[in-house]
Amino acid sequence: MIGDYTYSEFFSILAMQGFAGLILFSVFVLMALGLAIIFGQMGVINMAHGEFMILGAYVTYLCSTLVTTYLPAFFPYYFFLAMALAFVASFSLGVLVEWVLIRHLYRRPLDTLLATWGLSLVLQQFYRSVFGAREVGVTLPDWMMGSVSVSETIEVPLNGLFVMALTMIIALGVYFIMYRSSWGKRVRAVVQNRVMAGAVGINTKMVDRMTFGLGCGIAGIAGSAFTMIGSTGPTAGQLYIVDTFLVVVFGGAGSLIGTIASAFTISQAQSTMEFFLSGSMAKVLTLLTVVGILMLRPQGLFSLNIRR
Amino acid sequence: MQVNEQLSKDFILSIDSLTVSFDGFKAVNDLSLYVDENEIRVIIGPNGAGKTTVLDLICGRTKATSGSIRFDGLELTKMREHEIVHAGVGRKFQNPSIYEDLTVFENLELSFPKGRSVFGALTFRRDREVIERVEEVAEMIFLKDHLHTDAAILSHGQKQWLEIGMLLIQKPRLLMLDEPVAGMSVAERIKTAELLNTITRNQSVIVIEHDMKFVEDIAHRVTVLHQGKVLSEGSMERVKHDPRVVEVYLGH
Amino acid sequence: MPAAGFLFSKKEWLYFTILAALLLVVMPLAVDVFRLNLIGKYLTYAFVAIGLVLLWGGGGILSLGQGIFFGLGGYCMAMFLKLEASTPAATKIQSTPGIPDFMDWNQITALPSWWQPFYSLTFTIVAIILVPSFFAFVIGAAMFKRRVGGVYFAIITQAVAAILTILIIGQQGYTGGVNGITDLRTLHGWDIRTDSAKLILYFVNALLLIGVLLLAQSVRISKFGRLLIAMRDREDRVRFSGYDVANFKIFIFCLAAAISAIGGAMFTLQVGFMSPSFVGIVPSIEMVIFAAVGGRLSLFGAIYGALLVNAAKTTFSESFPELWLFAMGGLFIAVVMAFPFGLAGVVKDHVEPFFAKALARFSKPSPEPQPQAAE
Repeated sequence: MIGDYTYSEFFSILAMQGFAGLILFSVFVLMALGLAIIFGQMGVINMAHGEFMILGAYVTYLCSTLVTTYLPAFFPYYFFLAMALAFVASFSLGVLVEWVLIRHLYRRPLDTLLATWGLSLVLQQFYRSVFGAREVGVTLPDWMMGSVSVSETIEVPLNGLFVMALTMIIALGVYFIMYRSSWGKRVRAVVQNRVMAGAVGINTKMVDRMTFGLGCGIAGIAGSAFTMIGSTGPTAGQLYIVDTFLVVVFGGAGSLIGTIASAFTISQAQSTMEFFLSGSMAKVLTLLTVVGILMLRPQGLFSLNIRR
Repeated sequence: MQVNEQLSKDFILSIDSLTVSFDGFKAVNDLSLYVDENEIRVIIGPNGAGKTTVLDLICGRTKATSGSIRFDGLELTKMREHEIVHAGVGRKFQNPSIYEDLTVFENLELSFPKGRSVFGALTFRRDREVIERVEEVAEMIFLKDHLHTDAAILSHGQKQWLEIGMLLIQKPRLLMLDEPVAGMSVAERIKTAELLNTITRNQSVIVIEHDMKFVEDIAHRVTVLHQGKVLSEGSMERVKHDPRVVEVYLGH
Repeated sequence: MPAAGFLFSKKEWLYFTILAALLLVVMPLAVDVFRLNLIGKYLTYAFVAIGLVLLWGGGGILSLGQGIFFGLGGYCMAMFLKLEASTPAATKIQSTPGIPDFMDWNQITALPSWWQPFYSLTFTIVAIILVPSFFAFVIGAAMFKRRVGGVYFAIITQAVAAILTILIIGQQGYTGGVNGITDLRTLHGWDIRTDSAKLILYFVNALLLIGVLLLAQSVRISKFGRLLIAMRDREDRVRFSGYDVANFKIFIFCLAAAISAIGGAMFTLQVGFMSPSFVGIVPSIEMVIFAAVGGRLSLFGAIYGALLVNAAKTTFSESFPELWLFAMGGLFIAVVMAFPFGLAGVVKDHVEPFFAKALARFSKPSPEPQPQAAE
């Protein structure tokens, strides 16, 4: 017995809350991947990352509304289109922002932090002007609404599985782009020695722009996933930015596996504790634990002893 | 190489079977090195031999994986950086490392060994003793006329001298210099050799240098490092004719 | 760095005189008590901005959690005032008279033990300084001893601000929750809501601010101040000159925290309440912009920056609320991209040379060499 629960009940609760946390996990992973790529590769802290995510969420919302009105037959499949468009929208905005703002601020992380915070305020007000201050929700197609029964007491929501599968595909994709493609080789070359990379004919400016765009685009896909767990409003993204930064730092910046593992730990801890405590205390405890561990091990969980 | 049989207390610095590994790579591998009181020791070796890492280990910037570094009866591997400085070890970095936003005077003043605690720094007064010592050192490092110049606008050579001055004002018992003449003009090199010859008269010094002419000018003994180990050690004359050294380093 | 003169250089004494005259004479004469109280509120943010000039401008350490300390100072003050307002007589309609109203609403029947000491004003004043300093010490010691700095420090402080806000909102029985601690009335029987009290509190606040400015300046011109600059440039060189770098950073972080907390306490006194909306991520990062607009290296700039940005915020959000976030966002971007040294930089690069030229041309002393910033 644990508290008022039998062991099997307790296990079921853990499992259910664990699966319920899958979408949060996916949002964290996708957001953190984007942030980690941008920070790791360019030393830029993007405080507006949450707003890029929300752009994706708004695009998903628009798709859902437009498809319901004009193309009801297509409705069951609109989510795929929405995700693609969310990526394109956030990617394009990212490229634009890089060109206007970020490229002037490389290697000044504290300054990028403040400037992108300013950008996030501008974007929030922009969303409010265009979409209104009210939060909007998305209707999911029927096939994503069900759940699979694993045992008598455990049910897994389908949309959670779907989003998680998708997240894994994207994470693998990022891995291949960064570590297995010739483009990734160029990106890493720029990171290690910008001047030399430029000298051997790599267009470093283009590499930077595309990296930033890619990171933002992934945040857009995170926005699509986000519509399943929360309603979309102008300031919804801001609530996620600190959590996501903690995910990146906790995982040890620059390590893909670390980022995923830390997103998993944090989302699962929060989701599980939410069942036993109030939501706010669960969050306080999770964040406190993470901050506490970071104070003891500032390099994060998965970093190496590197020669200085 | 011959392990010295003398008692370690005769040496100001004795390094015994020192190893440090980064992620499996042994940058310094079972290294032993002994420096006498008032000796000028030059460490040479190809790039990546672990020269700078040895200095990092002595001054506490890098923590050893195993082994011991004894300085004047103290075990340095267990001490923190500022404690090692207080014990009397001064270190100059490879690239001139000075405070560009401050003047030459302020650079030297901050290195003056007084008011090193938080409270001490808050109540520190620029008294006659400080001013005289700063001026004395500035004279030695050829910067007497630039005391109130911002350090940022000094030439590369002058910055190197300033950093050497910042060490001198601490009166260290062991001075470690990482490539003190790198990037200097010929005239500056000559002046620097002259400077080092005056300041090193009653002081133990470890120098890392590539410039062979310069090494011959100042070295009492030379240690050649290769792949984190001592390849050869002795007088410049002896080292120069050691076939292994010729093969990996001098290369002709 | 100022070389000659006591505390300030000659030119800085002139700026100091202008500032003191503006705060102590011009403002009180020029505006009514309502507006003056508003200015007093803005000036409480100037405390935080001064702390940030020391910490960020001086030491290169950017904290995105200064709201933590502003809030802690403010809450300490609010707890004292709330206890004084919650006499059994004043709260006799509650199911448990004699405890703050929000506790009663949350079915709490006895005052928590950690509230007890706040019956004492002496304890409260000590707590206003020491509680935030202690918090800063714990965070600072954990981070700086392990050489965490830069963006990591910024993010961790931001996370701590988030945690504290969620905690305050979540524990509403003990903290007043999202509404904060409201309905504060008297300080030792002296009604702080009257016009005369507001006037007196304005002057107390302004004098404290000037005192803090002098304190901050004395730190800056000491060897400690030069060491901070040195650390910002070459931390390793400072370490290998025999200084325990972490201790210096911890001290300046604690000092900035204590200064912010004084601002927070004065905020509570002048505004009459304290709530989590002054603690969290958004207010904390806005406090950074006060220092940035004024010029991150300038103590005077910090005060003008806090005044200007807050005056603009009030004006904008009254008349064009939808434009305010655009303006604020634009301000962040502009300060980083175009004016890294803020107002102080503009004055130094454009205003001072202009007056120097004018002076040279007429070879006579010219009047007021600085445009008045606020109001």
